[in-house]
Amino acid sequence: MTPSGGTPTDLRVYRPRLSTWWWTRKRTYFVFVMRELSSIFIAWFVVYLLLLVYAVGQGEAAYRRFLDWASSPWVTVVNVVALVFVLLHTVTWFNLTPQAMSVRVMDRAVPSFHIIAGQYTGLVVVSGFVFWLVTR
Amino acid sequence: MADSIQLRVSRFRPETDSAPRWQEYDVPLRKEWTVLDGLNHVKNEVDTTLSFRWSCRMGICGSCGMNVEGEPKLTCGTFLSDYEPGPITIEPLANFPVVRDLVVDLTDFMEKLPRIKPWIIPKEDHGNVEPDVEFLQTPGQLDAYRQFSMCINCMLCYAACPVYGLDPEFIGPAAIALAERYDLDSRDIGSPERMDVLIQHDGIWGCTFVGECTRVCPKHVDPASAIQRYKLKAALGTVKAFLLPRGAR
Repeated sequence: MTPSGGTPTDLRVYRPRLSTWWWTRKRTYFVFVMRELSSIFIAWFVVYLLLLVYAVGQGEAAYRRFLDWASSPWVTVVNVVALVFVLLHTVTWFNLTPQAMSVRVMDRAVPSFHIIAGQYTGLVVVSGFVFWLVTR
Repeated sequence: MADSIQLRVSRFRPETDSAPRWQEYDVPLRKEWTVLDGLNHVKNEVDTTLSFRWSCRMGICGSCGMNVEGEPKLTCGTFLSDYEPGPITIEPLANFPVVRDLVVDLTDFMEKLPRIKPWIIPKEDHGNVEPDVEFLQTPGQLDAYRQFSMCINCMLCYAACPVYGLDPEFIGPAAIALAERYDLDSRDIGSPERMDVLIQHDGIWGCTFVGECTRVCPKHVDPASAIQRYKLKAALGTVKAFLLPRGAR
C-alpha cells in the first residue's frame, strides 16, 4: 500500500480460477446448464418438424418413408430425450418469465403467479388448437 | 447440542503463501452465535493473525460476506448451529482476488459502480433549489424501485455469479440492479445514459440468467430480474429504432 493508504501498488494477491466443472458443484448451477443445453433439443424438434412438413409436401410415399425413419429405434430414443429437455425448457423458462417481465396494472405489480398461469393457459389454448387442426 | 464446533478456515498470507491452505479452529457452539461470532472468538482468544472484514453485525454494512460451506453468506446472519455437527468451511468470497485470509480485493467493483451513475439525474438543475424542498412520490412510484434500493454492496451476488467468475470484465449483478434502481425512480431521467453503458460488451448481454445472484441476496434484491428487464428494454429500443420514425421513439 502507498503510505497515504491510497491505491495498492505492490499487493500480492491470490487469484482463484473457476473450475471447468463449476456447474456440477451446486444443484441450481446444474439445472441452469441443463436449461441451456435444452436449446439444442428445441432446435432438433424444429428440424424434425420441418422434415415432417417437407415429407408431407412431397406426397404419400415420402411421408411413409419419413414415418419409417421416425419409428426407427435411435430416432425414437432421441425424441424421448428431446421431449424431456423440451419440458424442462418450458417449465424453467415459464418460471423465469416474471423476473424478465415486470407488469404493473393500476400502479401495482402483477403477482408472478398470474404471469406464469397466463403462459400455461396460452400453451393449453395453442396446443388445443393444433390438436383440433390435425385431428379434425 | 455439542459444546463446540470446528471452523475450517481458508488462510492466505501473501508474504509466505503461494496459495491458500486450511486451518482448523474449535469454537464454542452457542445457539445465538453466528459464524462471525465464531471468527471473532478465534481472533480475540485463539489466533490474532486471522484477517477478515466485519463492521455492523446486523446485516446492514455488507462487510462480512464470505463463502460458508461454498455458499456466499453474510456471516453475521449465518448461525453456527445451522451447520451442526460441523466442521464449517469458511472461505473468502469466490471470484475475487484474495488479499489475505478471508479478505478480498473489491477494487474492481469500486471502479465499475460509478460507470452506471448510481445517483438521481434530475430533469432540472437542482443546484439552486433550497435544501428543504421535497420531491414527492406516490407509494406506487416508490414501490417501483424500492427492492433495488435495498442493495448493500455486499458482493455476495458477484461471488455466486459464474459469468463474473469466468469473465471478470462483466459489470455484474449489483451494478446493474443499482442502475435499475435509479432508472425506475420517477425523479430520474438518466436511463439513456445508463443504457449506453449497459449495452456494451461487458454489460447486460454477458448475463446468461443463471439466477444465483437473486438466490443468494441477503436483502431480497432481484438483480437477475433487473438484468433481464434491461435486456427487454434494450431489445425493444432496437426494434423501435428500426420501425418507428425518428420523432416517435
